[in-house]
Amino acid sequence: MFEKNTSEQTASEKTVPDDAARTDRTAVSIRHLSKSFDGVEVLRDVDLEVREGDVVTILGSSGSGKSTLLRCINWLEQPDSGSIHIGGQRIGVNDAGRPMPVRELAQVRARTGMVFQSFNLWPHLNVLHNVTEAPIYVLGKSKAEAEAHARELLEKVGMSAKANAYPSTLSGGQKQRVAIARALAMQPEVMLFDEPTSALDPELVGEVLAVIKDLSAEGYTMIIVTHEMAFSRAVSDKVVFLDKGLIIEQADPETFFTNPSTERVRKFLEREVI
Amino acid sequence: MSNWEILWSARDQFWRGFFSTMEIFGLSISAAFAIGCGMLYLLEGSRPRLTVPLRVFIDGMRMLPFLILAYLLYYGLPAFDVRLDAWWSGVGALAVYHGCYFAEIFRGARLTFPPGQVEAAKAHGFTKGKMFFRLILPQIVMQTRPLLGNQLIYALKDTAFLVIITVQELTAAANSLSGTYFIPTEAFIVVIGFYWVVSVVMEIIIKQCGRFSAKRGFDNV
Ligand SMILES: Nc1ncnc2c1ncn2[C@@H]1O[C@H](COP(=O)(O)OP(=O)(O)OP(=O)(O)O)[C@@H](O)[C@H]1O
Ligand SMILES: [Mg+2]
Repeated sequence: MFEKNTSEQTASEKTVPDDAARTDRTAVSIRHLSKSFDGVEVLRDVDLEVREGDVVTILGSSGSGKSTLLRCINWLEQPDSGSIHIGGQRIGVNDAGRPMPVRELAQVRARTGMVFQSFNLWPHLNVLHNVTEAPIYVLGKSKAEAEAHARELLEKVGMSAKANAYPSTLSGGQKQRVAIARALAMQPEVMLFDEPTSALDPELVGEVLAVIKDLSAEGYTMIIVTHEMAFSRAVSDKVVFLDKGLIIEQADPETFFTNPSTERVRKFLEREVI
Repeated sequence: MSNWEILWSARDQFWRGFFSTMEIFGLSISAAFAIGCGMLYLLEGSRPRLTVPLRVFIDGMRMLPFLILAYLLYYGLPAFDVRLDAWWSGVGALAVYHGCYFAEIFRGARLTFPPGQVEAAKAHGFTKGKMFFRLILPQIVMQTRPLLGNQLIYALKDTAFLVIITVQELTAAANSLSGTYFIPTEAFIVVIGFYWVVSVVMEIIIKQCGRFSAKRGFDNV
């Protein structure tokens, strides 16, 4: 009920483009984003609004620019043009239009949490310390506070029994759940997932998707690049389809999966959903 | 008195030499480690104006015989009105020389450091300095542990060169005893024993540290 309400507000505010990026209902606002690598355009004038509490999944075939789009959101990749606002704050470029100083950039980045396909845990730290590292050394939290919070999060992802284990002893699914807890520990305003289950053995995919589903039920804002169609359909508020760097379709999951408006998406779904 | 009895009666001289060697070694190797870490940090920046001269310096040092560096600091610097006594020249030469070796060892490991971990650190709001000291350096040290252990032994052996610039250390003690009583074989055998014992103890300590790294999955790297 509450969600319906916010969606209408945001929809009406969308008619005022410049302010839409600054309402506190919009978690992420992407405008006219373009990016090329070595002269090849990978993202072309991408516009995307993600409201607070929404789950947006990004689909598209390999090489369509999904990872690049996600990585631009936290400035791991620098776009050539366009703007990205996170919680109303522009990332990467300061008010004077210059590149952001590194410290400020780090602070804005910390408002997003990212989960990678290949986990990227820090192997010299045990599970608990992987989760507390950034809160202590980036946010300046006390050790006690960070550990208490980390234990809650490990509980949430079902990894509290492994708090003292080192990453090299964990399965892929366990690693990814720790990586999710690690990102959550920064209390980000939006979670970014880049194919979080693509590196996993099929029997381990479910445990990670279940955790992400729980997060969506708790109201986390998430942008998820995935190849899991059933999951996308179940969890999304909005599905975005990228094709050669263009968003060619954005719709609610029902419309997207049952009645897509482009031939390209229809073809894609025929191949993916058997 | 047998030759061994002569040496036994002069044991204080050996002990003094030994402690002097350990002092020089401890101080210079700590400084060398810090220099190696510092150079790795400077190489992180990838500003060619800094990294190119730094790498030339590191390679230049590595390709220089240690003894010549020690000579240069002791006999050459006074020409520029910088006077270091023998002891400080020795410590300084060891520190800089082995610092460059450490830097090169670290640099090699840094090249194969997984970029995904750096991206994860950036995504979690880490800035360069904290990322380096909390995440990159500890792993690089754990990973290069066997090479570092080797380098410690080289550095220990290099302290013996300092006898030539008149530093009173272990080899100098043996040298002076063998000269006074003309018993070179026995005097140097004793000294070899000292170097071996220290090296073996260091090897054992490094092995123990290996367990610490192995627990973190670092021994197959
Ligand atoms: N750092 C880079 N340098 C050069 N080209 C790049 C770089 N990163 C991505 N690309 C190219 O940009 C295009 C889009 O890549 P991207 O990784 O965003 O695709 P994707 O949709 O995530 O694909 P996948 O499903 O395979 O992960 C690809 O053609 C890729 O080769
Ligand atoms: Mg990708």
